[in-house]
Amino acid sequence: MERRIRVLVAKPGLDGHDRGAKVIARALRDAGMEVIYTGLRQTPEMIAAAALQEDVDAVGVSILSGAHNTLCPRIVELLRERGMDDCLVVVGGIIPKEDIARLKGQGVSEVFLPGTSTEEIVNFLRENVQPRT
Amino acid sequence: MPEVKEIATPEQEAVERWERETLEPALRKSPERKQKFETVSLDPVNRLYTPADTAEIDYERDTSFPGEFPYTRGIHPTGYRGRLWTMRQFAGFSTPEETNRRFKFLMSQGQTGLSVAYDLPTLMGYDADSALSEGEVGKCGVAVSSLADMEVLFDGIPLEQVTVSQTINAPASVLLAMYLVVAEKQGADFRKISGTLQNDILKEYIAQKEWIYPIRPAMKLVVDTFEFCTKNVPKYNPISVSGYHIREAGATALQELAFTLRDGIEYVQWGVDAGLDVDEFVPRISFFFNAHNDFFEEIAKYRAARRIWAREMRERFRAQNPRTWQLRFHTQTAGVSLTVQQPLNNIVRVAIQALAGVLGGTQSLHTDAYDEALALPTDKAALIALRTQQIIAEETGVANTVDPLGGSYFVESLTKQMEDGALDYFRKIDAMGGMVESIEKGFPQRETQESAYRYQKAVERGEQTIVGVNKYAMDDESATVDILVIDEAVREHQVERLEQTRSRRDAGAVSNSLDKLRRAARDGDNTMPATIEAVRAYATLGEICSALRDVYGVYEEPAF
Repeated sequence: MERRIRVLVAKPGLDGHDRGAKVIARALRDAGMEVIYTGLRQTPEMIAAAALQEDVDAVGVSILSGAHNTLCPRIVELLRERGMDDCLVVVGGIIPKEDIARLKGQGVSEVFLPGTSTEEIVNFLRENVQPRT
Repeated sequence: MPEVKEIATPEQEAVERWERETLEPALRKSPERKQKFETVSLDPVNRLYTPADTAEIDYERDTSFPGEFPYTRGIHPTGYRGRLWTMRQFAGFSTPEETNRRFKFLMSQGQTGLSVAYDLPTLMGYDADSALSEGEVGKCGVAVSSLADMEVLFDGIPLEQVTVSQTINAPASVLLAMYLVVAEKQGADFRKISGTLQNDILKEYIAQKEWIYPIRPAMKLVVDTFEFCTKNVPKYNPISVSGYHIREAGATALQELAFTLRDGIEYVQWGVDAGLDVDEFVPRISFFFNAHNDFFEEIAKYRAARRIWAREMRERFRAQNPRTWQLRFHTQTAGVSLTVQQPLNNIVRVAIQALAGVLGGTQSLHTDAYDEALALPTDKAALIALRTQQIIAEETGVANTVDPLGGSYFVESLTKQMEDGALDYFRKIDAMGGMVESIEKGFPQRETQESAYRYQKAVERGEQTIVGVNKYAMDDESATVDILVIDEAVREHQVERLEQTRSRRDAGAVSNSLDKLRRAARDGDNTMPATIEAVRAYATLGEICSALRDVYGVYEEPAF
């Protein structure tokens, strides 16, 4: 049987707006993925530890507070330090245009802005998660 | 039981005749655009509303005149003919110096009240130099860690004359104390100070989720501010019971209305249980609603809110004071409705939403800036938002008559529908034991999440249109808009002032005041006097919240 895609939906930083994170978590579940939601106010260290423990294929980071430049590269770095080289990091939220290229240069696979459909996100994960046995 | 056949009223018979003779032939010739028509809350909307829909509404009993119970048509007999609503733009970013400059700019442009947005560390009760504040200082609002920051924030702004609204919740009592001490230093008389503290912790657990302490001690802190303000700052609104965030988190208009008013009832109950007199403290409870895209649904929501509150205060709490019955509210246009795509379209959305707030009889209004789906507003965007209100107020004529939509079959019928729906929710929540209990069970949280998901799906199926996103999309134009960038130097600046403050203050006075605060919290005394003393001694926000955490613990959200 094909392994189901496992995704950690993470909400780093102090912000509590979790509407997006919860809608995405449910949409991914409805699309047949296994989803673990971290809950609010996770540090990059907590997120990386959860990703490793849950052996996920992708981490979806939800952030709108403006702290993405500090938090997202740190999450990527910590995942790589833990040997999770194939684990995708995707970001969703309010991210200024200028920051998108920089985040991608720092190892973020994709940035989804407001207005993105959940289907688009599901498709991206299906196409980009590394197949495992 | 034999089936009773309802006898059609003359109004219903007239509708049936119209359907038969006029409507049906028309539908045969050209069908309607859609099978079903729905509000943005996904509630059905009928083709036509007629006297048959409002037959059960009694004008004197249910609608009545403005300034009279149950205030459906407004709390002022003259509406906006006496005084316009307060134009109160929410602002705050970067350092207290920067925000002070924005405040003065907005006031020089005709804004009539101030509203402070604090950054996330402040909202969570952390100082700028806390490890948890990294990357967040000054980003979503202005950074305030101690009285020293507050002094800069209100420098040159006379707090006895200007009304200031503060969006702060979990640490609200501390920010209120800072505000009062700044006012005191300006020589202001507490009895003349007016303004509003958001201080609505229940909606934090439901929607916004900037909490610190567990629910019950957090409610105790709210009641402490009620008691303190009623005695010492009688013109100040110690709470703004907020549906705004519940709506932004995905609730429908009806859920926003129901949960917010039931939160309000919960605060009144806690105040009464603490020995406060309903007719003394409730007149200073204010409300805060969202203004979303569905124009008539929003107007009906505000009108229903006034009617429900008046009745609940009189019936549930036996309130005698008409001011206790009168629901006063602030409105903000829906941030969640703004789009990154084609951002200038947001100016139009905001104008229409603001108009709904005005036609619904709001006491004050914030209009969002068109660039808020991208970042915090620039000066230019903030100014257009203010000008939008001025155009509605002074060019459109909508403020010339009181409750211009009163008597509309549609609006009156929708108002009644909102009222009935909210009362259904009240019955469910009452059966759970109250709002605190229903939040502990995750009820409003789940209802809100469910609605958010339904709406997202309706958008993705194209049943709800978002212009520029799922219809009329173009190559992205957002790149052409200038946005406000807050850099990390803000944190360095704030940390520097914090270090200076810590080195200059009397450390003994700080630790004594914090001990006193812990004692007050432990003994169940009012915490406000000790909080004010700590603030005066320049104890920081983080230190004061830590002292309370020592006693109360912290809230952990269960998985819902």
